[in-house]
Amino acid sequence: MNVMHTVLPYIISGISVGGQYALIAIGYTMVYGILRLINFAHGDVFMVAGLMMVYMAASLPLYIAIPLMILLTVLLGFAIERVAYKPLRTAPRMSVMISAIGVSYLLQNLALYITGGLNKNYPAIPWISDRITVLGMETTRVTVITPFLTIALVVALVLLINHTKIGMAMRAVSVDFDTAQLMGIKINSVISATFIIGTFLAAIGSMLFFTSFPGIVPTSGGMPGLKAFVAAVFGGIGSIPGAVIGAFIIGICESIIKGLDTILIVSGSITEQVGFATFSDAFTFVLLIVILVFKPTGLFGEKTTDKV
Amino acid sequence: MKKVLSLILALVMALSLVACGGGNGDGGSSDGDKVVKIGVFEPQSGDNGAGGKQEILGMQYANKETPTVEIGGETYKVELVMADNASSNDKAPTAAQTLISGGVSLVLGSYGSGVSIAAGDTFLAAGVPAIGVTCTNPQVTADCDVYFRICFLDPFQGTVLANYAKSDLKATKAYCLAKQGDDYSGGLCNYFIKAFGEDNCVYEQFPEGTSDYSTYITNAKNQGCDVFFAPVSTEAAAQIIAKADTQALGMPILAGDTWDSNVILEAAKGTDVKICVTTFYQEGANAEFDAGIKAWINSDSTALANNGGNDELAAVSVMGYDAYYVALEALKQAGSTEPSAVLSALPNVVHTGITGEIKFDSIGDAVRDSAVVKSCNTETGKWDFVTIATVG
Repeated sequence: MNVMHTVLPYIISGISVGGQYALIAIGYTMVYGILRLINFAHGDVFMVAGLMMVYMAASLPLYIAIPLMILLTVLLGFAIERVAYKPLRTAPRMSVMISAIGVSYLLQNLALYITGGLNKNYPAIPWISDRITVLGMETTRVTVITPFLTIALVVALVLLINHTKIGMAMRAVSVDFDTAQLMGIKINSVISATFIIGTFLAAIGSMLFFTSFPGIVPTSGGMPGLKAFVAAVFGGIGSIPGAVIGAFIIGICESIIKGLDTILIVSGSITEQVGFATFSDAFTFVLLIVILVFKPTGLFGEKTTDKV
Repeated sequence: MKKVLSLILALVMALSLVACGGGNGDGGSSDGDKVVKIGVFEPQSGDNGAGGKQEILGMQYANKETPTVEIGGETYKVELVMADNASSNDKAPTAAQTLISGGVSLVLGSYGSGVSIAAGDTFLAAGVPAIGVTCTNPQVTADCDVYFRICFLDPFQGTVLANYAKSDLKATKAYCLAKQGDDYSGGLCNYFIKAFGEDNCVYEQFPEGTSDYSTYITNAKNQGCDVFFAPVSTEAAAQIIAKADTQALGMPILAGDTWDSNVILEAAKGTDVKICVTTFYQEGANAEFDAGIKAWINSDSTALANNGGNDELAAVSVMGYDAYYVALEALKQAGSTEPSAVLSALPNVVHTGITGEIKFDSIGDAVRDSAVVKSCNTETGKWDFVTIATVG
């Protein structure tokens, strides 16, 4: 009982962090699934969404600022695709990836220029940032909402992909560009739709993430973006449920490793500190390497069949 | 067509690079006045960007107040040359080199010990003296003959904080949190633990880029600590305070001079987190100076933005102000703008600044024996004076 009481807070915060990674990871995995492009700028779009909220909440009421932030973020995602990726549609895949890295640095440096590199405090959103007590543990409401919201959004997304016309078009494009085009699918609008959905989720993710971790700096998108990317690869890049499960596993493991010393000391297994907390990030990346070595396509990755 | 376009683009880029390079040459000296350049080696972005900017504010205000200096019977105009070390140990030597190439006579800074240690060798090789303003790690001056500093040191600060935790807060078990690979927080935790007793401390480090501090708060609570020592950067601090509030930490947070910043006040306002810090200066100790610098900050929109949007005075700004006058004093005594002359004059410089008398010992550290302890008033969002602490 005592051990459970010690471990529970770590699991809850792990699930919450995992949910936030998941919302970003879906954006990575969707774009990859369709374009075979790893959109390195995704984490930075997430950061820009946070900054937009900071500036808009300063002058607008929240019920306008939130929809406007989501709208502008989606427009940003759309514009990035049109300006930086679309002209490179026929170029080698490596060029598009370099272009994505360029966009990532562009966004970071723009943010650096605008904020002056200073930490910006995210506005408190009423209701979701209220304090509540869950199973005897003090936390904010957003911690509890995040996993449920994430799962709801994923279910909606899977339904969209499997049961709507645009979803069918997305699946077709992901299988074969040229054939899909021959069948009368407008590739560009399908790809734009993918980016719009991906950045929409990043905007929601940024709201949840920065409500629980309220400081934003130009590099804020870096680490969460990288971990979400690991989650997407872990779950099998291209697979949406895989990305979500990968994100939750990474979030929970990370949180437990940070608290492992304390858990072991409280349960009496060890008496001295070992210093596991130091390795929480290293763990994430070791996990990535191990997965890539033993299961290159990830947990739920599509099997690659060689066309002869 | 495309080829021509890309060729033109490449040309434009190359040309703009050349233009930038040319621009750095010798600006300022064309207007006839004699100019002495003081390098400002401070972070203006990254983890310590906020603090660095506040430290620069003090120098800029001092520069506005006293824009000229008498060197060897001639009046020189003082020009502050900025270089952003981006709070990053690997960018620091480049920033230092930029200043040296810019022909500065001496350098002020940096906020944050890591970057100062990293740039020490560069200054040493060039023989350009540097005056640390608020870098408190002993290593800054220890192996570097050209580095001086005007603030107290971490062994002193860590001991003061540990004594305060034990005797005033009646703490028996402390949770210490540092950033991995950060000389400032790691060093300070180390000295705190030594003074507090190693067996009564839990020491943990978080990696760079961490945003979830909730687990560390949980760790401290679960291990039954009664004081939370976190001398980390203000960015991490804002997050820690937010988490301490939502998770009802229930113990006071202690930190060093870094936390004496309005970023902390803003984050703590309206919460029920108790915060105590040691620092260099308490607002109100010199009313005339306070009024002057506040009027300047309020009149200049850039300065106001760099101070975090209000006129709450940070101790690092006051230290920056004092550092500027120490630099002028050194230039006067050297009687020359040559870095080597300034270097040999520095050990004998004595200056009574806003934060007290400043003189250097044989290593180049300031002789200081007291620190101000302040606590954060979460209702008004201001610092309350607690005590002046010394180590007997």
